[in-house]
Amino acid sequence: MSRAQSGTAPTIQISSILAWVAFGLVMVVTLFPVYWVLRTSLSDHKEIYVQTAVIWPVGLTLDNFKRVLGMFTAEQSVAMGGTVTGINFWLYLRNSFVVSTFLVAGQTFFSAMAAYAFARLRFTGRDQLFFFYLTAMMIPGVVTLIPNFILIRDLKWLDTFQGIMAPGFLMTPFTVFFLRQFFLGINHELEEAATIDGANIPTIFLRVALPLSIPALSTLAILQFIATWNDYLWPFLVGKKEAVRVLTVALAIFQSQTPQGAPDWGGLMAGTALSLIPTLVIFLVFGRRAVNAIQFTGFR
Amino acid sequence: MTTHRQPRLAARREALYAWAFVAPSLIGFLVFFAVPSIRGLLMSFTDWDLLRPAKFVGVANYVRLLGDADFRHALKVTAYYVILNIPIQTMLALGMAVMMDKFSKSTIIRGILVLPWLLPNIVVALIWLWLLDPTMGFLNQIIMGLGFQRQPFLGSIDQAMPTIAAINIWRHAGYTAILIYAGLQTIPKELYEAAAIDGANERQKFLGITIPLLRPVLVFVLVTTIIGSFQIFDTIAITTKGGPVDATRVVYWYIYEYAFVRFKMGYATTISVALFAILITITFIQMRYFNANSSDLD
Repeated sequence: MSRAQSGTAPTIQISSILAWVAFGLVMVVTLFPVYWVLRTSLSDHKEIYVQTAVIWPVGLTLDNFKRVLGMFTAEQSVAMGGTVTGINFWLYLRNSFVVSTFLVAGQTFFSAMAAYAFARLRFTGRDQLFFFYLTAMMIPGVVTLIPNFILIRDLKWLDTFQGIMAPGFLMTPFTVFFLRQFFLGINHELEEAATIDGANIPTIFLRVALPLSIPALSTLAILQFIATWNDYLWPFLVGKKEAVRVLTVALAIFQSQTPQGAPDWGGLMAGTALSLIPTLVIFLVFGRRAVNAIQFTGFR
Repeated sequence: MTTHRQPRLAARREALYAWAFVAPSLIGFLVFFAVPSIRGLLMSFTDWDLLRPAKFVGVANYVRLLGDADFRHALKVTAYYVILNIPIQTMLALGMAVMMDKFSKSTIIRGILVLPWLLPNIVVALIWLWLLDPTMGFLNQIIMGLGFQRQPFLGSIDQAMPTIAAINIWRHAGYTAILIYAGLQTIPKELYEAAAIDGANERQKFLGITIPLLRPVLVFVLVTTIIGSFQIFDTIAITTKGGPVDATRVVYWYIYEYAFVRFKMGYATTISVALFAILITITFIQMRYFNANSSDLD
């Protein structure tokens, strides 16, 4: 036994060294592009085009950030290689924040209500209705995209926050499914005790079931917040106007306005860096929970 | 008297509450999922430019689709993308998952791996557009530093699609690895111990235990990533806009052009119905072929 172990030990070491080298390589490839955003956005806007092979920020400055946050006048901004139209990432940050927060709040709450009914309450047609929700999970976005755009247009909701938020505000099939699974898994006993004490169903839902579900609800809300924050095509179609423009749309428009030959990479990367902040913050704060939740989505 | 009435009353009250609880989600479901799906199908039988009323044209759009060389090209380009993307991404992910399972269960490593997937597509596309810039991009500085010729990447007909596939592999491989890693955790370790006692080597254990027991997860991963790949759009919207010429004009971009550039809503929905049909078929074949729901553990 001990001889066999000492015989295999060196090979294990070699393979684990190789494995850690591979891990290292994967980490570098994964993280370097994100670092490059920071490096470019912190560099002097002229030096970016000259010192293309330098790893660290060249001529360290916050000018790019100041520019995309509208802290320079248009003339100053043009002199620095920016576009004539004012760019105000404060506004886009706020819009993204408003849209993601309200959308996810509505979606999580109303999905939780439905999920609770599907998991706990008895009513005719329950299983059939839930089956329809499940079927909708398989319909790709491309099928509903055009009809939903036309609906929002007919409602005169183009270029409004409610237009951007409407399709996901009341539910998505996935959120209902995720929370139903969760409610099925938690213990009935507290709810039954509350029933015996004479509490009615809404009270039990609000006072017993929801507080017990805070971990699941917040996990789901984090995932959906990031997904909403990242969404591009829908807000681009229904919310191009500056007042409701979200970050992803703003970045795409910014990029399309920047000169073809020499894009304003300093400004673009500063805008990009700003758009990464919430994702990174959420990630640092909820890291473990987010990773576990993502793993769970694999079994939906 | 009350003994048999009260339960019925309670049941009726419960059902009433249940419908009240389901109602908001049901409205959302009907208005933004169910009705639009049907409406999309109906629109595919019309000619509609959003200005004049829609005109019913029967199956004319479908007949036109069958003879549409641009649609065939879009399908071909999309399939090319899927073929470039999926095998490499899945192999990489499987490799990373097995390595994590063996050498490190650290959440930090998994966290870093999943990071690209958390970034918006638009942002990922912008970052790589800059890194891959033909003249000033950092990657070309490395390539030239190593003594090779600079590469056009997204600017060339031949390289554009492989480059887009590479960008999306960068974004998705870590996420896929984490899903597979989670699947690996469900395999009982005793199986490996038993196999080791029987004298199985690493390769035999991998092919004889890991892969068969991982099948449900692998099928799930393949189904979802293939469906996702067929709907590639954001990356193309930022980097190539279907070009150079039409080298990256994928189906989703083609639908977008018809709907929101040419405002041909009828034909655009026809293409999306066709794409939907293709996705359903692929999913069905995969589920059948791989017998997705049963792991060999059962």
